[in-house]
Amino acid sequence: MNGPLAVLTLENYLIDCLKSRADSATLGLIAFLTAALIHAALYLSLFGGLPVFYIWLERKVAGRIQDRLGPTRVGGKFGWLQTIADGIKLIQKEDLVPKDADSLVFRMAPYLAGIASFAAFMVLPVSDGWIGVVAECGAFLILALMSLEVLGIILAGYSSGSKWALFGAMREAAQMVSYEIPMAICALIPLLIAGSLNLQVVGKMQTGGVWNWFIFHDPFAFLAFFCYFTVATASVKRAPFDLAEAESELVAGFHTEYSGFRWSIFFLAEYASMFAVSGIAVLLFLGGWETGMVIPESIAGSLRGWEINLPFVTGQRFDLGAYIANLVGGHVFVIKASLLVTLQIWVRWTLPRLRIDQVMTTCLKYLVPISCFLFLGAVFWPLILASTTEAHRPVIYGPPAKSVTSVISPLSGPPVGTESSTIAHGGLEVVR
Amino acid sequence: MTYLLEQAANGIGGTDGLLFWVFAILSCVGAVAVVATQNIVRMAFWLVVSLGSVAALFFLMHADFLGAAQLLIYVGGTVVLLVFGVMLTASGHTIKVQTSPAETLLGGGVGLLLLCVLIFAISTVNWADISQQIPAAGDSPAIVDAREDASLAESLSVATTPEAKATAEKALAAVEARRQAGRTIRQLGLSFYGLRPDHMNSSANAASAPGYLLPFEIISVHLLVVLIGAAYLARAKRRVTPGSGTDL
Repeated sequence: MNGPLAVLTLENYLIDCLKSRADSATLGLIAFLTAALIHAALYLSLFGGLPVFYIWLERKVAGRIQDRLGPTRVGGKFGWLQTIADGIKLIQKEDLVPKDADSLVFRMAPYLAGIASFAAFMVLPVSDGWIGVVAECGAFLILALMSLEVLGIILAGYSSGSKWALFGAMREAAQMVSYEIPMAICALIPLLIAGSLNLQVVGKMQTGGVWNWFIFHDPFAFLAFFCYFTVATASVKRAPFDLAEAESELVAGFHTEYSGFRWSIFFLAEYASMFAVSGIAVLLFLGGWETGMVIPESIAGSLRGWEINLPFVTGQRFDLGAYIANLVGGHVFVIKASLLVTLQIWVRWTLPRLRIDQVMTTCLKYLVPISCFLFLGAVFWPLILASTTEAHRPVIYGPPAKSVTSVISPLSGPPVGTESSTIAHGGLEVVR
Repeated sequence: MTYLLEQAANGIGGTDGLLFWVFAILSCVGAVAVVATQNIVRMAFWLVVSLGSVAALFFLMHADFLGAAQLLIYVGGTVVLLVFGVMLTASGHTIKVQTSPAETLLGGGVGLLLLCVLIFAISTVNWADISQQIPAAGDSPAIVDAREDASLAESLSVATTPEAKATAEKALAAVEARRQAGRTIRQLGLSFYGLRPDHMNSSANAASAPGYLLPFEIISVHLLVVLIGAAYLARAKRRVTPGSGTDL
């Protein structure tokens, strides 16, 4: 069942609340807008809050790797408030637009990048049923939305009226157009195992022990995770692939001419995208919001269905157990994704930056063939193993998940067993 | 205040209507701005606005796969390539697009003709028939689904005789089949193999449907040929004859 974080539940609840106060049939609009605003604010806090933490983490990790201490003064011993102080400093700066810049595009480009990055959060499930928009093709949609961020960066670099920015943007464009291919192919491998593009279904299928995670499904999926993670690092233009803003040669690349608030939006979008690609990796390969341990999972499962009455409304029950289980699951998901972000930060401060031709060679001559090979292998793997295993889905390291057979066999039935039918039939709920 | 909101909600057709008008106006404004601006990069920006709003309209109609494809192919792909191409080739005179009066006249004429065709096509459709096939507006599909699920589960649980149980299960299956109607992605996948879930009722149609797999593959091979051809043409210019001393 959906927790109260799902727009529909809250919307229903608000409608019922309002109906008991005044008898108007079209209070639905107010209820919808209120519910949508609350959830948008929740997602916005995730979108704004996580980068604040990651920027602090980046400075701290970079400091430690370079045998320094990193921030130590602002906000106590560990410099917790360093990012906030940076943010206040940035907002106070003058908003500069160069004379040669195309001012409309120059002003709009940061928002384009920011909106694209935020929109990806919309279809990223945080926990079972906790998702902004339940889309049947969620994985496809999130890849489409992530690819839009690039456009903001290209337009920013082009409209700046500066050679440094133009070079940065051209590199970014060349890099993005080529890296999107292996990224999509690698993401396809776990989706192939799941038989669904719905990220909720993909997450649910990895319930149970660690052996049910798709990374351990077959050797090709195992390698595909590392391939995906490499490509994802490149797609959010992190070192060693940060050619778009190579400080040593291009001053600051595409954002050379930006200052103050607009520059900080680029920064926010970059760190938010790091979380988004890591979140996709966690959902597709690393079990999503599941802990991967059998006993905590069964405890969380038994919590679901523990209902209480809601205030002000009679007849509507609130599943408190599912809420608690989802809250824990959401934290597990964010922690897992943050670990991957930490890995990206670690890589950035360890490896030297590649040259642009090396970046293109890595993609077109190595990553594309590797991902194609892995995809072919993942396609043939179940066919080869089908004769040796009883279940439809071959699992190497443990028993197959419960709901798996019902996913593969029926053509028109619900994608996963009945307990998940609410999410599988969700359609596109927020947008309506 | 409540009355005003009520009137507003009725007038624009609830939240669906509100969002429809927002995105419809945005897509039209974007399209007009593409034509009106003379700077190619600004055109690309307005194209993003227009195409993105069209994608949002697809989402409003629950065609989520189509909307995602629109975003990926047109906004993420075509516009990026367009700007990339402009960056590689642009110099002063190609950035600004100046149209001659003859071109304006020709373009306007073609646009007007297209408008006439569209208006003619739209006016000949019998909308009363079509609106009967569309489920009534109101609660979103998920709310309706949840209510239906509850009532069906109840009828299944109270059914004691085998006949009643069979009837309840049949009703559940029928509901499941109907629900696939709005979820386009499974249908699209099945249609590739010639299975048309929307034509399942008439068995003759279902048996004879040829499927779209072959046309799809032909188009993709065609695109590959175009890609290789473009790469060949682009490379051919830079080829140097060996031994001429210029290939250092």
